[in-house]
Amino acid sequence: MALSHVFESPVPGFNFENSTRNLLLEDALGEGKSNAPKPLKTGTTIAGVVCKDGVVLGADTRATSSEVVADKMCAKIHYIAPNIYCCGAGTAADTEKTTELLSSNLTIFSMNSGRNPRVVMAANILQNMLFRYHGAIGANLILGGVDCTGSHIYRVGPYGSMDKVPYLAMGSGDLAAMGVLEDRFKPRMEQEEAKTLVRDAIRAGIMSDLGSGNNIDICVITSKGVDYIRPYQESEYKDNRQKKYKYKPGTTPVLCEKVVRLELELVHETVQKMETS
Amino acid sequence: TMEERPNHQYKGVSTGTTILAVQFNGGVIIASDSRASMGGSYVSSKIINKLIQVHDRIFCCIAGSLADAQAVTKMAKFQLSFHSIQMESPPLVKAAASVLKELCYNNREDLQAGFITAGWDKKKGAQVYTVSMGGMLISQPFTIGGSGSTYIYGYADAKYKPDMSREECLQFTTNALALAIGRDNVSGGVAHLVVITEDGVEHVLIPGDKLPKFHDE
Repeated sequence: MALSHVFESPVPGFNFENSTRNLLLEDALGEGKSNAPKPLKTGTTIAGVVCKDGVVLGADTRATSSEVVADKMCAKIHYIAPNIYCCGAGTAADTEKTTELLSSNLTIFSMNSGRNPRVVMAANILQNMLFRYHGAIGANLILGGVDCTGSHIYRVGPYGSMDKVPYLAMGSGDLAAMGVLEDRFKPRMEQEEAKTLVRDAIRAGIMSDLGSGNNIDICVITSKGVDYIRPYQESEYKDNRQKKYKYKPGTTPVLCEKVVRLELELVHETVQKMETS
Repeated sequence: TMEERPNHQYKGVSTGTTILAVQFNGGVIIASDSRASMGGSYVSSKIINKLIQVHDRIFCCIAGSLADAQAVTKMAKFQLSFHSIQMESPPLVKAAASVLKELCYNNREDLQAGFITAGWDKKKGAQVYTVSMGGMLISQPFTIGGSGSTYIYGYADAKYKPDMSREECLQFTTNALALAIGRDNVSGGVAHLVVITEDGVEHVLIPGDKLPKFHDE
């Protein structure tokens, strides 16, 4: 089975070791101690639409840690290949690392085979990986790209389900975004119309969902190239900082200075001559 | 025939569904709805394809957890393809069903997916097999499965006749799907039908609003 990506090749059949391990861990942590720490979730709105010559992906930029906004300008549209990008919702670390792993594998594949990766291949690799972890990797992904077979969007779920769709919204704001998409999506839309539609869908998610907010990123992929517009639209609710938080060198006075010499004792010395002729 | 657990929560996307396969004179029709749901109340896809082609003349339809079903059918597709290269002939429908059964039975603790396999082969002609969630494999002239099947057992038992013609079988299958979709909330969308005969495979797609209507619709 030539030219495959460089994974650790899984043993034949299904491997559910990790789910047993997780159960054991939960039991172990459960005795008296509090639960395992809650991972950072992106509480997100992401959307994707197939348009006439390509694919438009959009995402908000808020990353939340329970009720605090941890990152106001988080990048949720991840690079996979020159012609493939992936929006991720769910646990921030999981989406980040899964997409990075996928990107590396596809690069190696491209080098080995001399071919550009196809979106369906990326989706299959994701599906295989996520299924093996039985839902423990909390990654809800919208994979979109343009290859020699056309423009495609795939939905990949955390348990390893894969679905090819013309338009899609995911994340905690997906119901609001889906409403906009269901209303205004038409097959083979023009690029500008598609960008507006995705922008409006993300905006609906931002307005209706507490976990989504701040700015909107848009990524347009066509056969000619990628236009990653970050941010496509800034939030209307930007705060106006009254002060600058940068301080000049010398602002903090030095009260006293003490230098301690580290006494090092030479224990052993070897000299190796290098052959330079 | 499927062990359905209607109150059981499937992890992630489930295909809470209506699927069926029916033999007729000279072939077999395998059919399904196209709805995928999450948590019993959100339709995550209106147009999902549950009829997976595992070989040239063998299809299977999936019920249960979508992730598990897709993983199993991918594995089965690969194994059947390899098997047919080794044997230098197309696999038997029974072989396809057995491959699915082995996967379902050996991993029965961890998987939640059931299948109906139907197809045509040179040895026995058109056949229908059910592989239940626990890994039971049985052969029947026709079979229904999925959460929507509970509503059409009466209809199927009353209206099925052996050795139907292609048109009669299409009508029977379409009616059965329409009745199940009408009563089951997690079945819906469009009706996918695939007619498999010795000569080939034909897809028929019936949009939801073109399905036959009954007395109260």
